[in-house]
Amino acid sequence: MFEVPVFDDLNAWAALPIILLALGTSILLVADLFIPEDRKRLTASLALGGVTVSLVVAMLQALGVEIGEQGAAFADMFIADQFTYVVNVIALSSAFIGILVSYDYFERAEVKRGEYYSLLLFSTMGAMLMGASRNLVMIFVALELLSIPLYLLSAFRKPIAASEESALKYFLLGAFSSGFLVYGITLLYGATGTFDIDGIWTAAVEIIDGEISRQFTLIAGFGLVIVGLGFKVGAVPFHGWQPDVYQGAPTPVTAFMSVTAKTGGFAAMLRVLVAGIPVVVAEDIAMWQDTIQVIALLTLVLGNFVAIMQDELKRMLAYSSIAHAGYLLIAVAAGGTEGIGDQAAQSALIYLLAYTFTNIGAFAVVVAMEHVDYSGTKLNDLKGLSNTNPMLAAVMALFMFSLTGIPGTAGFVGKWFVFKAAIDADLVLLAVVGVLTSVVSAFYYLRVVVNMYMEPGTPETQPETPSLRWALGITAAGTLILGILPYFMTELAEGVTVALIR
Amino acid sequence: MNELSLPTILLLAPVVGMLVIMFWRNMSENRAKWVALIASLVTFGLSLLMLVAFDPDVDGMQMEEIHNWIPGANISYRVGVDGISIWLVMLTTFIMPLAIVSSFETIKERVKLYYIFMLMMETAMLGVFLAQDLFLFYVFWELTLVPMYFLIGIWGAEQRIYAAVKFFLYTMAGSILMLLAILWLGINAGTFDVIQIQEMVQAGSLGMSETTQRLLFVGFFMAFAIKVPIWPFHSWLPDAHVQAPTAGSVILAGVLLKLGTYGLIRYNLFLFPEASRDFAPYIAVLAVIGIIYGAWVSFAQTDVKKLVAYSSVSHLGFVVLGIFALNSIGVQGAILQSVNHGISTGGLFLIVGILYDRRHTKAIEAFGGIWKVMPLFAGIALVITLSSMGLPGLNGFVGEFTILLGSAGSEVLGMWYTAFGALGVILAAVYMLFMWNKVFMGPLDKPENAALQDLTWSRNWHELGALVPILIMAILIGIYPSPFFELMDGTVSELTSFLDSVAIVSR
Repeated sequence: MFEVPVFDDLNAWAALPIILLALGTSILLVADLFIPEDRKRLTASLALGGVTVSLVVAMLQALGVEIGEQGAAFADMFIADQFTYVVNVIALSSAFIGILVSYDYFERAEVKRGEYYSLLLFSTMGAMLMGASRNLVMIFVALELLSIPLYLLSAFRKPIAASEESALKYFLLGAFSSGFLVYGITLLYGATGTFDIDGIWTAAVEIIDGEISRQFTLIAGFGLVIVGLGFKVGAVPFHGWQPDVYQGAPTPVTAFMSVTAKTGGFAAMLRVLVAGIPVVVAEDIAMWQDTIQVIALLTLVLGNFVAIMQDELKRMLAYSSIAHAGYLLIAVAAGGTEGIGDQAAQSALIYLLAYTFTNIGAFAVVVAMEHVDYSGTKLNDLKGLSNTNPMLAAVMALFMFSLTGIPGTAGFVGKWFVFKAAIDADLVLLAVVGVLTSVVSAFYYLRVVVNMYMEPGTPETQPETPSLRWALGITAAGTLILGILPYFMTELAEGVTVALIR
Repeated sequence: MNELSLPTILLLAPVVGMLVIMFWRNMSENRAKWVALIASLVTFGLSLLMLVAFDPDVDGMQMEEIHNWIPGANISYRVGVDGISIWLVMLTTFIMPLAIVSSFETIKERVKLYYIFMLMMETAMLGVFLAQDLFLFYVFWELTLVPMYFLIGIWGAEQRIYAAVKFFLYTMAGSILMLLAILWLGINAGTFDVIQIQEMVQAGSLGMSETTQRLLFVGFFMAFAIKVPIWPFHSWLPDAHVQAPTAGSVILAGVLLKLGTYGLIRYNLFLFPEASRDFAPYIAVLAVIGIIYGAWVSFAQTDVKKLVAYSSVSHLGFVVLGIFALNSIGVQGAILQSVNHGISTGGLFLIVGILYDRRHTKAIEAFGGIWKVMPLFAGIALVITLSSMGLPGLNGFVGEFTILLGSAGSEVLGMWYTAFGALGVILAAVYMLFMWNKVFMGPLDKPENAALQDLTWSRNWHELGALVPILIMAILIGIYPSPFFELMDGTVSELTSFLDSVAIVSR
């Protein structure tokens, strides 16, 4: 039934950045065996080099330079379009900064294991593949590639109980949610007879006029897919794992996964929902846009309000990252309105790019504060930071303002485009809730600034090493530059379309 | 049109000062002060150039500069100045050096950071007045929150953190809905360029339904109403004013509140003429309530700074009344009164600051008889107090009188508004004179007060240096206001004739 594909038919070079990264990572995995324990800096540098190569290629592709192939590849499992390119840039940037943040942290904690970097890069590949999938099976495989390394990375600070607990919790709940995703995929297959996202669209359009039972199968299918992906991005009510896992995982891992898992999850969500399932089905049946709207509302409200009550910085950032999933869900919901799909995807990617720099930056500050035994990250531990370490306080304030969405920072640009998409899509209620919860979020982000600048105290910070300083510098510069000259982001996002070859 | 224009240079001048303080290695704190002062003086000088270059015969924008900023999203960098903004720009550049020089001796902690925020504040405020693109405007508008938040929160009084956070959240809550209104306007107009949208509104080609226009009006109005603040949205103001350091209060009262009144004119009147007409009587009622409420509450205060803070609510009620008279006299009076209030109330806060520095209290009963030990200071205080309460011959009178004239002759308002507004003038005289009397007159019965020394140029040059320009301007505007009206006449008449034409159509 199947023909064995010839290499030329695969159009394999469409996946050039991923292939490069996969090659690099595999080499790294082997090379690390020969690198002695006290020279793991070399592993980190090699990993950084591999990411850089791949990032440069991805960046050039995103800017319109034709490297590698474009379009569908691997027997229509894979697609390389502007959407893919931008997702690649986001995932690779977060890997790059993630490695910079990690090195000193693990050095300080005396965890000298080179496979850390390989795992981090495999996870990055998973996120990249999720943005490039045009097939549900592929999305599932990519999701596992994204998740399994993250489970392991969360446990990297064993024997600290919090780290182990975090990994186990993440693994169990993650496996559970994967189950939902797979079940949803099978139901979608049952309803439409295909795994191909484009094929699902065509079939779904037919189902709209067809029999009611197939409609229910379709709805149950994408409903379960939403559950599975909603778990990955930390949307309410599937967010339960996030605070504990974020708090327990080693901080650099939290920084990395807060961005990468979201990137992958939202990329897949945009592909499956916006490109795969038409919103207009029978009028009396709620379609996915309404479902996502409800989830977005819950996520925004819960994430922001519960974050207020946190007194631990990492946990607060965990809830804040739930809240940011809410803003991204606004973009996804907007994608359901006819004609807004591309704009919604662009806004989501702009938001993710802005979020990447800001959020990893904020966690990098946590790394600079945290003691080896996980202490030192209470909000109160920040008191007086602007006196003892003005630069660190200044960049943290910048990140907090960016997360709030104050103009002049990348976060504002992200919010601007997301809300614009929402208004264009006539989701005014969602936009209103979105902006009002931003005010709520200002409350807890400002508390960080208050503690750093307006309260007396002499907090201890860890000695800053060059790689951490680089990470802080890159993230701060990124937050500021993208905020003042949003052109860089909008230029990348401009050609993004979600629609597959239709 | 695309070489560096005066407005852009004006925006950059404080930024340059800011960067110098930030990145000059090992700059002493003393030098940082001077850099800040020089930067703000240079900005003032540049704004004088702008005033000279300003052509009163042009009705619309002048000295414009346009660049593509985010081409894909129809966002441009567009700045310019017209008859409505020119005096507010001048007010800003005039107040800032005074605020900076007045902090020379009072700010002793984290000096560099303080002046960095001061200069950042100046750019942000100027940006609001100069921006002619909704995105750019919003950027500057929200950006004003950040430095003021730090100024209150770091250098403020005991309750500073509460006041700073309240200030930030309250004003952000107001402006965030404006963001949605801006987005809606921009999406439907296909551009965020204010001038272009204005033209579309005037040509009637934007196609807003009545409901939409009203909703958008409210979206913008809430942001400005909180900033002004219009009663009942004023509750952040007493906290912020009282807790802020002296210079912070001066900037808050002097300029920051005017961002709100400016916004009401530039955005609400220009973009939503019908809705402005429909809502004008109601908003004017709020304004009149504010006038009387502010005066009433001021009278009850035992704290000098709080008294001055509440008097702002009352004074800005006049400004709002003038704006929503929707005629040329009213709007011109409102703009001039915005400037006047900046000068008078800025001066009053400086006076309170000088008293506080010497006595470390702001309670009215702690003073008395200061005239006897500080005659020069008391004299200056008297003139500024009188200017604030609107004595003829001083600046406050010109503004308030014009506004009342405007509201009396307004088609949408009427004599009742004027009558109640005028009541506010009388009340202002009561609480202002009451305050001055208690502080400066009476027996010199407290030993701490008796030990005070008068201001002299050699000892207190920075304090006098801040007060004297204010004194000069208060008198100058009071006796010779016509040049001030001349510059704004063209633009304002254009606006009001447009508003009238809308009224005729709707009838």
